[in-house]
Amino acid sequence: MTSTRKEPSGVTGTPGGRPSPARARSRGRGAPYLFLLPATVLFALFFALPIGYALWLSLHKVEVKGLGLGAGARQEVWAGLANYADALTDSELLAGALRVVGYGAIVVPVMLGLALVFALMLDSEKVRLTRFTRLAIFLPYAVPGVVAALLWGFLYLPDVSPFYFVLDKLGLPQPDLLDGGPLYLALSNIAVWGGTGFNMIVIYTSLRAIPHEVYEAARLDGATPLQIALRIKIPMVAPSLVLTFFFSIIATLQVFSEPTTLKPLTNSVSTTWSPLMKVYQDAFGKGDIHSAAAGAVLIAVATLVLSFGFLRVANSRSQQEEAR
Amino acid sequence: MPTNTKHRRFVATAVAVTLGATTLAACGSSDDDSDAQSGPAKLTYWTWTPGMDKVVDLWNKGPGKEQQITVTVKKQASGDTLVTKILTAHKAGKGPDLVQAEYQALPTLVSNDAVADIADEAGEAKDDFAEGVWQQTTLGSDAVYAIPQDIGPMMFYYREDLFKEYGLTVPTTWDKFAKTARKLKEEAPDVDLTTFSANDSGLFAGLAQQAGAQWWTTEGQKWKVGIDDAATQKVADFWGGLVAEGAIDNQPMYTPAWNKALNTGKQIAWVSAVWAPGTLTTAAPDTAGKWKMAPLPQWSKGEETTGSWGGSSTAVTTDSDNKGAAAKFATWLNTDREALAALAKEGGIYPAATTAQLSDAFAEPPAYFSNQPDFYTQAAAIAKTTAPSAWGPNVNVAYTSFKDAFAAAAKDRSDFGDALKTMQESTVADLEKQGFEVAE
Repeated sequence: MTSTRKEPSGVTGTPGGRPSPARARSRGRGAPYLFLLPATVLFALFFALPIGYALWLSLHKVEVKGLGLGAGARQEVWAGLANYADALTDSELLAGALRVVGYGAIVVPVMLGLALVFALMLDSEKVRLTRFTRLAIFLPYAVPGVVAALLWGFLYLPDVSPFYFVLDKLGLPQPDLLDGGPLYLALSNIAVWGGTGFNMIVIYTSLRAIPHEVYEAARLDGATPLQIALRIKIPMVAPSLVLTFFFSIIATLQVFSEPTTLKPLTNSVSTTWSPLMKVYQDAFGKGDIHSAAAGAVLIAVATLVLSFGFLRVANSRSQQEEAR
Repeated sequence: MPTNTKHRRFVATAVAVTLGATTLAACGSSDDDSDAQSGPAKLTYWTWTPGMDKVVDLWNKGPGKEQQITVTVKKQASGDTLVTKILTAHKAGKGPDLVQAEYQALPTLVSNDAVADIADEAGEAKDDFAEGVWQQTTLGSDAVYAIPQDIGPMMFYYREDLFKEYGLTVPTTWDKFAKTARKLKEEAPDVDLTTFSANDSGLFAGLAQQAGAQWWTTEGQKWKVGIDDAATQKVADFWGGLVAEGAIDNQPMYTPAWNKALNTGKQIAWVSAVWAPGTLTTAAPDTAGKWKMAPLPQWSKGEETTGSWGGSSTAVTTDSDNKGAAAKFATWLNTDREALAALAKEGGIYPAATTAQLSDAFAEPPAYFSNQPDFYTQAAAIAKTTAPSAWGPNVNVAYTSFKDAFAAAAKDRSDFGDALKTMQESTVADLEKQGFEVAE
């Protein structure tokens, strides 16, 4: 078991197998490095350097002397891990992280559940208007996140929303969707509306890749369409489900545009509602790029740990199943 | 304190002279020995005022051509993001020559050494402005960090027709304002006099300023934060009380719902500033000609004081190679008759220069207020009564804290005094974190 776990997972982007030593020698030793050069330079310039700069910023802070007016009153000094300590002990960042966890607990299962159901329905033989339905479900993904949030925001505001108008005419209760618990539903709804189509396409594509003989065999064995879906289709698209789950976790942890767009419409969304909003606020509200850098690094680390942690668990489970 | 200021100014001048010498040397090596001050100068100007390019054209074709000073406008987003952008550009040494800056952002810019002291070049412009306005650009020192451009004296706007319909009179004191709100609730429970909105900190700052609050002051080399002072507490308790008893609404402004409330007479008054006609034109287009403007209610009978909400200035950056030329342009832009008339026409701004407030550009009322012919005469009289304001180096932090703390308090209809305390504490904590010395 331990040996299988060490195998590199496909998603980490490890380059494929190296050429055999004999062939490499015959081509000369410099060639691989030459071929690697463009990628290395691009990686260094546009990936390693900005990350390095963010790390450097996060380890410094600005110190002011006296009233802080006039030239030379501000100095950038070494701060060590003080910015990280501040961020980790900041109750607002923790509260924001908890809010995002609550939001993710709604978004991820609902969105992926709907995407899977839609994909299975589109894949079943009885359905008509497949092309149109597929496009209709996918279309919201093409709407930019900010536009989607604005659109829904207007629909959530009782005074301008047609929904509330209908509820009012029918004499039904009119819930305040921009406050308390319903706010999470309101925010999740925007993400689900926008993201389901994309995930459905990913799952649907891998459903289409399953050879038809498999279904035929199942039918000959007397399996109902429901049994085929549950016992054959879902297990066979499990890798796509893992992938969409992986993307959804990352997208959830980085939630920013929906709450930021809804913020001006309600008193319930603070400027630091999600951790990423706090980073933005630190950088552009307070003008404190050093704290913002520390916050950004922490979010990146949390995202990496959570998403790759999930991949590892998923991979080891599927390998266990294969081993059986 | 005075000796310290002098010392700092000496250091600043010394640095400026050194920088100037370097640029001169750089110029001399590339060309023949032309003087940087009198030679042709190309300046860039970051501003968000609409139509500024047309005003700058007047300069480039007129006085600018004579003095060989060409200005290029680079349109920017307004507000806090521009401050961050200026500071970032300054850090890289790539700042523009001139920037538009809101008054409350000046201490932050000065504290980051991003804007230059232009007292020698533009100090004589002082007489064109009201004292309270000019003082915001000097930060109480003998330096001059910017030339005032526009101001936002606060006023009370109300629906004249609906006030008559509900039998209300225009409140002259805040006490009467509260009574008016309560009376309206009795007459028409669905209608609100106004709302307390927590999404624009400038409104609350202006109201506190009217009550006599001094949020940032200096004591020697220490900053003193007075956000939780008696005057501001009075303002916070007043509005918190009205929200708690349900006499006014608690929803934020500038939302589609707010627009609709103004447009359909669900909210019949708005505490705002001189620029309100522009906002009302887009928010409540169906009610043009039904609104009227009056002075802000007062805390005591017979007083005449207002606060200011908004307004900005033109500053010269420390990165500029042509500070003299930049200061000349900034002075022209904000004191020249022709320039101010164009600013009013193209940019729709209300000028800080006192003479311009009654110029031909302001002879007619705004189209939305055609029913109030003396709109701008009244506005100029109100502008004179603007209370002085006191800004500090972390206004942005206080403003953000206001938005979060007061939004939560307004939502829960809870004690605004606690929210004010939060605002005071986070502002002081931020100053201390940055290394400022803070007086108790």
